Amino acid sequence: MLKIKDLHVQVGGTEIIKGLTLEIKPGETHAIMGLNGAGKSTLANTIAGRDDYTVTEGTITYQGKNLLDFEPHERVGEGIFLGFQYPVEIPGVSNLNFMRTALNGVRKYNGLEAMTAADFMKLVRAKAKALDMNPDMLKRFVNVGFSGGEKKRNEMLQMALLDPKLAVLDETDSGLDIDALRIVSEGINAQRRDDTSILLITHYQRLLDYVQPDFVHIMIDGKIVKSGGKELAIELEEKGYASVV
Amino acid sequence: MAATAKTKQQVEDMSGDYKYGFSTDVDMDMAPKGLSEDVIRFISAKKDEPSWMLDWRLKAYRAWLKMEEPNWAKLNYPKIDYNDIYFYAAPKSQNKPKSLDEVDPEILRMYEKLGIPLREQEVLAGVEGAAKVAVDAVFDSVSVATTFREELSKAGVIFMSISEAVKEYPDLVKKYLGTVVPQRDNYFAALNCAVYTDGTFVYIPKGVRCPMELSTYFRINTENTGQFERTLIIAEEGSYVSYLEGCTAPMRDENQLHAAVVELITLENAEIKYSTVQNWYPGDKDGKGGIYNFVTKRALLKGDNSKVSWTQVETGSAVTWKYPSCILAGDNSVGEFYSVAVTNNYQQADTGTKMIHMGKNTSSTIISKGISAGKSHNTYRGLVKVLSGADNVRNYTQCDSLLVSSTSGAHTVPYIEVRNPSAQIEHEATTSKISDDQLFYCRARGLDEEEAVAMIVNGFCKEVMQHLPMEFAVEAQKLLGISLEGSVG
Repeated sequence: MLKIKDLHVQVGGTEIIKGLTLEIKPGETHAIMGLNGAGKSTLANTIAGRDDYTVTEGTITYQGKNLLDFEPHERVGEGIFLGFQYPVEIPGVSNLNFMRTALNGVRKYNGLEAMTAADFMKLVRAKAKALDMNPDMLKRFVNVGFSGGEKKRNEMLQMALLDPKLAVLDETDSGLDIDALRIVSEGINAQRRDDTSILLITHYQRLLDYVQPDFVHIMIDGKIVKSGGKELAIELEEKGYASVV
Repeated sequence: MAATAKTKQQVEDMSGDYKYGFSTDVDMDMAPKGLSEDVIRFISAKKDEPSWMLDWRLKAYRAWLKMEEPNWAKLNYPKIDYNDIYFYAAPKSQNKPKSLDEVDPEILRMYEKLGIPLREQEVLAGVEGAAKVAVDAVFDSVSVATTFREELSKAGVIFMSISEAVKEYPDLVKKYLGTVVPQRDNYFAALNCAVYTDGTFVYIPKGVRCPMELSTYFRINTENTGQFERTLIIAEEGSYVSYLEGCTAPMRDENQLHAAVVELITLENAEIKYSTVQNWYPGDKDGKGGIYNFVTKRALLKGDNSKVSWTQVETGSAVTWKYPSCILAGDNSVGEFYSVAVTNNYQQADTGTKMIHMGKNTSSTIISKGISAGKSHNTYRGLVKVLSGADNVRNYTQCDSLLVSSTSGAHTVPYIEVRNPSAQIEHEATTSKISDDQLFYCRARGLDEEEAVAMIVNGFCKEVMQHLPMEFAVEAQKLLGISLEGSVG
């Protein structure tokens, strides 16, 4: 699915990622853990193609294609989804309109016809219900006045609608109470299939109780310094970064 | 194809460049270049006007000669040579067409390109159960065809070109013409009075709710012609009308002058809703060409409890100088101004409103959204004035500016003059830059950069767009996106 080789990324002239290598196969769920400033979010943004995140060395291959050749919106069409740590407010744009535009954009990219308003409503209502979302949130402006938990749920709703092949979820668990965490986790688990992959970026082991990763990587100072199975996350939680690494 | 669907389709088909940049090959009947009493006599004779109309024009011309072009707006443009302009150009057809079949097919084709539902049956077929739209199309200087006249006349509504009204309803025209915007009101208004070539006249009788939306499309076609149209709308006691005005112009290298005057009059309990989507040619990416748009629009809310609502979406013109205003004379009258002004490349817009409160308990609302991109400048200039006899006036003003590029400018110049202590005036203003985070969020959901900008900008303008009639709102939304193409940076 995704192959990252010796990746170096600069943001504003400062090197943040310093030689990162990672392979994610179809059906796998990986978790990257690390302290603030380790470069986790930079990795997520780089995969999504944010401007000003400059790849100076190394390669990112996605489904055999050079990912760096694609514009951000094209990457979405190719099946990559970034769940934001801080979902952005867009005043005046209804959530429904936003999601429908997104979905039809992806469909168009893949040569599919636009979904009719009626079909879309049916789909979005079903997905929102599964995430225990108040239907009012669909009509409100994108993320405007949403609580932290609502924003994250809204990200999960968008993921469910776009049905990506590779979901990169940046601190999706932060700011969630235990009920919300459980619902969001169910959303992530629903997205796990043999043909999809998930990259979880998180501070805490707590999410991993609900979404059990196949691999856990510890990232420090722009590099993956240790990889292992789920037990690595537990060890990290118990002993702290200093003694594990 | 249904007319609205067709309009939508046609707007959707727009590419990156100015879509309406085609010119039509039609024989034109023109006045000699330049401005003189002879030219005014020529125009008046061409239109077969009564002598009082000619006298009125000449009086305005003489006043204009002594006036000076205003220079207080934040606009930079080379001096206009009024002797290098054709003040009259009409499609060459000897007699006014009696039906659409007699209209030059070339002109009809152009309207089709513009997506104007000129043919009644198309409109009827197209707007299932929704409001019907009657169109009065002004092609350069002459109103080409007025649709739906019959159904309107059943309701007692008069909707015709102002040239016809001068002949058919001289008393009404004489009674109201120039009463809201006096001849000497300002330089461009005086010029318009002298040389106005056509425009629209609407009269809604007492107690009548106009059965359909009325619409005029203006279009400037001939090189070096100024377009000087006049609109006069009178809403008698207890009547209501919604009026739409759309403007386009073909691409020309040189600048074309446009100086219109719009006068609205509401009597007791009457309401006029006036919506404009202005998409004149804005000039090219380097600021070459484009329309100079100097417009005086004003409403006199003469009767108690009357209401006027101006909604405008301004995306075109190289230079825009325009302040649709309300004189709130009747007690309890309500004035509203909802505006979106988009400037890109080298466009300049200086636009806003004047709310003059004379009557008691009058209220006004101003919502202005300015969007600046490229190297453009966008100024909101507004006046809220409360006269001493106007007790309990309320005004709410909100001016928001959005910068799309770091090389553009947004300016807000509010004037507030209050002479009555009971007035409550609120003014809010914000300026923000479109954020990289918003752009990236949209792009990370599959929108390309231009779609992302269009979506964010449309969200920013939502409070204004929702006041547009439905048919217009769809077109206006697309236009916003189109005007901002290639503008991020």
